[in-house]
Formats: sequence, C-alpha cells, structure tokens
Amino acid sequence: MTESDPKSQKIIPIVAQAPASAVDADDAEMVSLYQAQQKIYPRSVSGLFSRWRWVFVWLTQLVFYGLPWLEWGQRQAVLFDLGARRFYIFGLVLYPQDFIYLTGLLVISALSLFLFTAVAGRLWCGYACPQTVYTEIFLWIEHRIEGDRSARMRLDAGPWSLNKLVRKGGKHGVWLAVALWTGYTFVGYFTPIKELGLEFIQWRMSSWEVFWVIFYGFATYGNAGFMREQVCKYMCPYARFQSAMFDKDTLIVTYDEARGEPRGARSRKADPAALKLCACVDCSLCVQVCPTGIDIRKGLQYECIGCGACADVCDTVMDKMGYARGLVKYSTQNAIKNKWTSAETWQHVFRPRVLVYTSILAGVCIAMLVSLALRTPFKVDVVRDRGVMARIVSGGMIENVYRLQIMNATESEQHYRITVSGLPGLSVASEEDVVVDSTQSRWVAVRVQLPYEGAASGTHPIHFEITARDSSAQLREKSVFLVPR
Amino acid sequence: MSDFTSNFWSVFVTAVTLVGIIACLVLLWVSGKAKAMTANDNTTGHVWDGDLREMNNPLPRWWVWLFIITVVFALIYLAMYPGLGNSPGKLNWSQQGQYEAEMVKGEKEVAPLYARFTAMSVQDMARDPQAMAIGERVFMNNCAQCHGSDARGSKGFPNLSDGDWLWGGAPEQIKESITKGRMGNMPPMAAAVGTPDDVKNVAHYVLSLSGSPHDSLRASLGKTKFGACAACHGMDGKGNPALGAPNLTDDTWLHGYGENAIVAMINNGKVNQMPAQEGKLSAAQIHVLSAYVWSRSGGNKVAAP
Repeated sequence: MTESDPKSQKIIPIVAQAPASAVDADDAEMVSLYQAQQKIYPRSVSGLFSRWRWVFVWLTQLVFYGLPWLEWGQRQAVLFDLGARRFYIFGLVLYPQDFIYLTGLLVISALSLFLFTAVAGRLWCGYACPQTVYTEIFLWIEHRIEGDRSARMRLDAGPWSLNKLVRKGGKHGVWLAVALWTGYTFVGYFTPIKELGLEFIQWRMSSWEVFWVIFYGFATYGNAGFMREQVCKYMCPYARFQSAMFDKDTLIVTYDEARGEPRGARSRKADPAALKLCACVDCSLCVQVCPTGIDIRKGLQYECIGCGACADVCDTVMDKMGYARGLVKYSTQNAIKNKWTSAETWQHVFRPRVLVYTSILAGVCIAMLVSLALRTPFKVDVVRDRGVMARIVSGGMIENVYRLQIMNATESEQHYRITVSGLPGLSVASEEDVVVDSTQSRWVAVRVQLPYEGAASGTHPIHFEITARDSSAQLREKSVFLVPR
Repeated sequence: MSDFTSNFWSVFVTAVTLVGIIACLVLLWVSGKAKAMTANDNTTGHVWDGDLREMNNPLPRWWVWLFIITVVFALIYLAMYPGLGNSPGKLNWSQQGQYEAEMVKGEKEVAPLYARFTAMSVQDMARDPQAMAIGERVFMNNCAQCHGSDARGSKGFPNLSDGDWLWGGAPEQIKESITKGRMGNMPPMAAAVGTPDDVKNVAHYVLSLSGSPHDSLRASLGKTKFGACAACHGMDGKGNPALGAPNLTDDTWLHGYGENAIVAMINNGKVNQMPAQEGKLSAAQIHVLSAYVWSRSGGNKVAAP
C-alpha cells in the first residue's frame, strides 16, 4: 500500500465552496439539524382545478361513506367478513383463494398511477388521494368556523378569549365527529354496519371494533387536521417515486417565467412596458393558497402535489388585471422552453411511454374483467389422502382415496357431481353427488377405483371433473392415481 | 427459566440493551444541540467531484418525537416482558404461559358444547349433525393418518366402515379401543401347525372358510391342523373379539389376501397396535369420536327407527 503511486489513486476533492472564515453573516448561518414545522394557512381558492378537486372529494367520499349502507339481497352489498373469510362485493362472493383479484386490482392501481403521473404529474396527489381529500374537507370546516387565512392567522396570534375558545373548540369538535364517522364507516366494511350501529347504541361493541374506529378516526383527525403537507413531504413514498417518473413532456403546474419576469406590483391602469415589468404582479397569492407552502415561481419542487390552486388563483388575478390567463398553468418543461402551443404540447404528451402504459393498463383491465366474467361459481382443491396410498378392495379393485374441498361461491345450496377420467375403467366409488351449503366449503372423502391390472404399477395422471348441477359450470382438477406393485 | 450458562451473560445482555437505549437518547440530545452551516442557497457549502453539492434538507422536528416514543415504548416493553437478560418482566409472560392460557380459554369455550354431548348417548349423537361435524374434525386430526380420511383403512390398518370388528363394534367397545388402544398379537404358529406343507394346507383351509378360491384337497387336510389356531380363532374360525382374533370366515383381508399372505402370517405372526388416545384426547372428545366411528360403521342404520 505504501509503495503505490499516489497519482494512480482517484482523489475526490472535498472543497468547501465558501470557507467558513470567508462567509459573512448575510451569506451563511448556523442552523439546527431539525426543522420546526411552520404552520401553513392555505387561502381558500375557487376555479377550474378547485372545482375538479371538489368533484373528486364528492365522488370518492360518496363511495366511501355510502357503500357500506347499500343492501344486496339479504345482506350488505360490500362486506369483507374477515372472521368467516368471505368477501362480498355485490353479487360476488370471494374466498381467500381469490387473492389474485386483489393482486390484479393493485397492479391496475399501480399502472394507473404510472400512466397518470407520466401524463400530468401528481394528479392522484392533487385530486384524489385521501390525504388531499380529507385535508380539503377539514380545511373547509376550518374555513367555515375560523374564517379565511388572515382571520385564522389573527386568531392563532391573538390571546385566548371566549371567541377563540368557542371557535377552536367548535372546529376540533366537528373535526373529531367527521374523523370518528370515518372510522365507523371503515369498520363498517368489515362488520355489518347496521349491526355495528345497534352494538354502539347498546354499548356492546367488541374491543377490536372500538380500537379500529378510534384508531382510524385518530389517523384521519391527525393527518387531515395537523400533519397535512408533512405527510406528503416526509412520510409518503408515492410522492417521491412519482417525482422520479416525470420527464420533460409531463404536464406539471408551472410558472411561465418568460412571460412573468421581471415581476413587480403595479396599478391596474399602469402600462407594464413603461414600468419595465412583465405579467407577474407579485401579489403572492400563489404562495398563500399553496397547501404545501411553496412558491411555484421557483420552478418544479418536490413538495408540489400538483393541486393547481396556484393556477386557479393566478387566473383570477390575471382576469382582474385584464391580462391573459395561464401565467401559472399545466404545461410541460419542453413546452415552456420551446414556447409550444397547447396542441403541440398535447401532441408530445401522448408519447410512446404513455401509449405503452395505456396499452398494458387496458390489457390488465380486460384480463381482469374477462377472468371475473368467466369465473366458475365454485372452487375445488384435490388433496390425496395422507393415510392411504392405494388399497385392494373386494371385487378386485384398486382404490385410491382423495379429499376434495369444494367451495361454494354462490349464496344458495349447490349440488355437485364428481366424476373422474384419465384411465380406462376408472370410476368414483363413493357418492357422486355432493351438497354444499351456501357460501360454505366442504371437505369430502372421494374413493376412486380402478379394475385390478387396469394400469401398470406406478403413478398415473388423472382428472377430477366437478360439475355444478344447476349452473352446469365445470371445473377440472389434476391429481394422480397410484397403482401398487 | 434462564437459557444462560452463567449469570454474567444475563447482566451483559441487560447492560448492552440499556446502554444502547441510553446511547440513542444521548445521540438525539447531541444532534438536537448541534448546528450546521448553510450558505444562502440552502446548501451546506460542501462540494464533491467539482459540482456535487450537499443540500440542507433538515428532518422535521416532530420526527424526533417518534424516536422518543420508540425509546419510551422500548423501556416499558422491557419492563413488562422478558427482554433484559434473565428478567421475566412484570407481566411474567412466556410462550408456554400464553399457550396454556389459550388452551384453558379454548376448553372453556367448548366445554358447554361437550357437556351437551357427554349427556347424550352414542346413538343420539350419531343423529346430531353438530356432534358428527365435530367428530369428523377430531377423526381427521387424530385417526385419518392411519385409518384414512374415509375411515376405510388400508393394508394393516382396519377398515372402520365395514361393520366388521376385531375388538367388537358396540359403542362401549369402540370407546375402549380408542381410550386404551389395542394390541393385536398373532404369534408365529409354524411349529405348532407342523411341516411347511401343513402350513400351506391350513392356509387353503382358511381360504375355504370365507369361500375364497382354494385347493379343496389341501383344505380338507389343513382342517385337521386347524386345531392349533382354534384357541384364538375358534373351531369355526369366527374369531374372538375379546382377544382381537379376526373372523376368518368373512371377506376381510386386513393383512393381505391369498395363499402367500396367509402362509407368511402363520409362519411369522404379527403384532399390530392401535395406540391409546386417552393422553391426547379428553374423555369428552373420545365420547364424540366413538359416536362418529360407530356411525361410520353403519351403526346409524342400525339405530335408525
């Protein structure tokens, strides 16, 4: 080691760009390793993107709060009965063995996220993510009770008074009510929601039900009321990997710097050209409405959840000033740089990457739908008996024993007929007709016989065919038949 | 309780654990006090490879509370549960203890169910779907390994569904077989029967008892030598349930069919054991199981009104 030529080693220079001694107080400062959370008071905003967000708030929450109350026949339409391990989704009865559909759903969700992100950035974050949706609801409540941004800031800065106590108390009361109702609804997906109400009235909810109502409610209250943008900035993994999926043709909320700078305040009647100013009036409203507290004029930042609030508010300002809209707008980095028109921008949005995502997503969706449509309403597992290899029974027959688990995925009693094929003379010696109760699974011992010397000794592949009497749906399951030496 | 070879290790593990936790707290405290320099462009001023700059992205302060919560949780956990060397913890929790507690809880839950069955006769239980469902599960977990999941047995393991019994098929006899087990013993009888030819003749006589294909000359010769077998199997070959001696006149061939199998049995004998279940299953479980086995043998048909 000591003899090696120092020049042959790669030297990574570590240079302090601005040596500590040369830095003056304005240039650098000593800061703590931790950052105190700065409370953000988003100003309320209305406009095209805000309306879209409220559309999604209503859509997602009508589904979430409403679904458990729907009835389907004699039962709750959507119910995940973890105790009995049956999952009811309208007409479907799913078993844990149908896990593949959940996998399919997750694959579809992931691909949708890829697709939306490639097209228009963090669409999910800005419009449909529960964190955004509940924050929006909680902010609305806050706005109703405490007033808009400046009123809230005044209230927080002011001393405690009866007014402050009532407003703060009222806000937290409503928040907690919404949060607990959310927790109650969540538990209602796993235990019949109407019975849960009855249990609550009679004060006999099980400890796990109470725990989950409170836990889910507390998470809603904490995340939507207090954590807010901190969740997106520090906790959410999707936020980070979505940022990695952007490219220069992804639509993002951008500030048109060429049009806006140099910025500056001016009177509505003033001629910007005379003042040597461009479109940005530096009103700072885009900063005030931002739920993550960033300044979009600094360019694309990881904190930006793509909610478009700044675009909405800037458009209203531009309207007031009589300038063209779109100083802050959905555009791509390439479009801003090359000054593309809207049509040119959209042409570049539908790039190969987006088309590939779209076709894969469509393929998976179709596969899933076809698979659900062609699904037989029962399942069968064939397990060879663990105790018996093969036995010779009277009548000179070789007998093998199997255990068949028949899972009835319908909500009526079903008759199934078991037949077997694969060797000449092979037949089912036990009862061929099996009855399985609605949504139940049943193990049946099935004896299969083969005439002596009907096949060479060894293992032979055979197939069980199980046919539902009413629907004549059929399943074919593979197994083996053992012939002893 | 202790898995340590000497008490030193217990102290050592305790010390390492506690010092580790305290070190975490010290680290939190030190890093809370520490300051870093940042330039006004929000970098730390450090540059690598000419242009790679280090941004100042501080951790949110509330995150520190998560660390503190984990430390508090760890201390409470270590106080309550075994974790500090030999200490069993305040709750005195152990895997063994939890297992026993859950067994007691489980038994308490099923006790009223079994109490109902204990009050019922085997015949009544055979008509009770719930008793039969429980019996089937007990059978599948404890009996099916040998007797098969359809209770029809296999070579060497008796068929329980054919109404043919080695030790008797009355409910009390079935219960006795399950509780205490059975030891079937066929001694080697070659010397008592005589020459190998005599053995062969006896084998043909045995075949003739059940009307199976046989050499009638050999069978009639074998009949004279059958006296050696009659002590257990009876002069008529119908066996003796008190001894577990099988009936030779039926068509059940537990240990193999044909001249060779019978000759081998006479020459070598056989010990065949049904293990006792009383240590594994409770008396109530055996009661339900007896009813299930009895019903599988066709007992329910007999009992049906």
